[in-house]
Amino acid sequence: MEICRKGDELEISDLDPFLAELLRQIPASAEAEESSVRQRLFSLPADASEKEICAEWKLYVEPELRSLFQTATETVTADLEQLNGKEKSVRNCTLRIPTQHADAWLNALNQARLAIAAKCNFTDGELCDHYRSPIGSRRDLSLFQVNFYGFLQEFILREVSGDGPVERQPD
Amino acid sequence: MSLIVSSTKVCDARASSSTVEDPALEKETRDQDELDVPWQVVVHNDPINLMSYVTMVFQRVFGYPRERAERHMLEVHHKGRSILWSGMRERAELYVQQLHGYLLLATIERM
Repeated sequence: MEICRKGDELEISDLDPFLAELLRQIPASAEAEESSVRQRLFSLPADASEKEICAEWKLYVEPELRSLFQTATETVTADLEQLNGKEKSVRNCTLRIPTQHADAWLNALNQARLAIAAKCNFTDGELCDHYRSPIGSRRDLSLFQVNFYGFLQEFILREVSGDGPVERQPD
Repeated sequence: MSLIVSSTKVCDARASSSTVEDPALEKETRDQDELDVPWQVVVHNDPINLMSYVTMVFQRVFGYPRERAERHMLEVHHKGRSILWSGMRERAELYVQQLHGYLLLATIERM
């Protein structure tokens, strides 16, 4: 896999089918159906004893946050359509993310990472183990997903903050 | 989000010079003193959010320079929490809302 910026796009090329599938799973991974995930993505804005603040938050702010998160995952879902072509099966592919979608990607990747971590309840030791093979158990795969999405976040952050390497010229 | 309605007292214009107030007409939704109490915006540690991401969020939400944002991020990382801002409740709530939009664990607390 190669990842670089080309003009107004972030390009992830030579993407093998396994990593392409992990990218396709971002929107589904970000879904907040389980209560542990809902609790993390929609955490309280104050101590639970601040009943009035928490009640107002549920009523007015939470729907706005829900809408914000959904918009981000929808943008990512639309970009991921590039991976759903006829050549989906075994060939390496390329994903191009417009830089104006960078915030949506950061948000959706974060939703997915937090949701997976909330479901799996990883230990600190597991979270520090960046080299664990994804092959082994569903838990290992989930940990790999969290780390892979984190790697993408780091890349996008570096590019949008202007700390990235010198841009590669278009071919 | 917070509804600020100042204490309102309506007097009966036909009342005698002693001006008796009608308690039924008195509306008070929130004590002004309570609104004036300073609040603080606290960000709590989260092992999943990336340090670089948290720094970027602090820069964006509070307009802090990178060095200050990093200082707060490291305080969250090492001490478990950092007070990012303090002041009036409404503004504190707005900051917390923005931080939640970036999926950070943030709360408002009375000082």
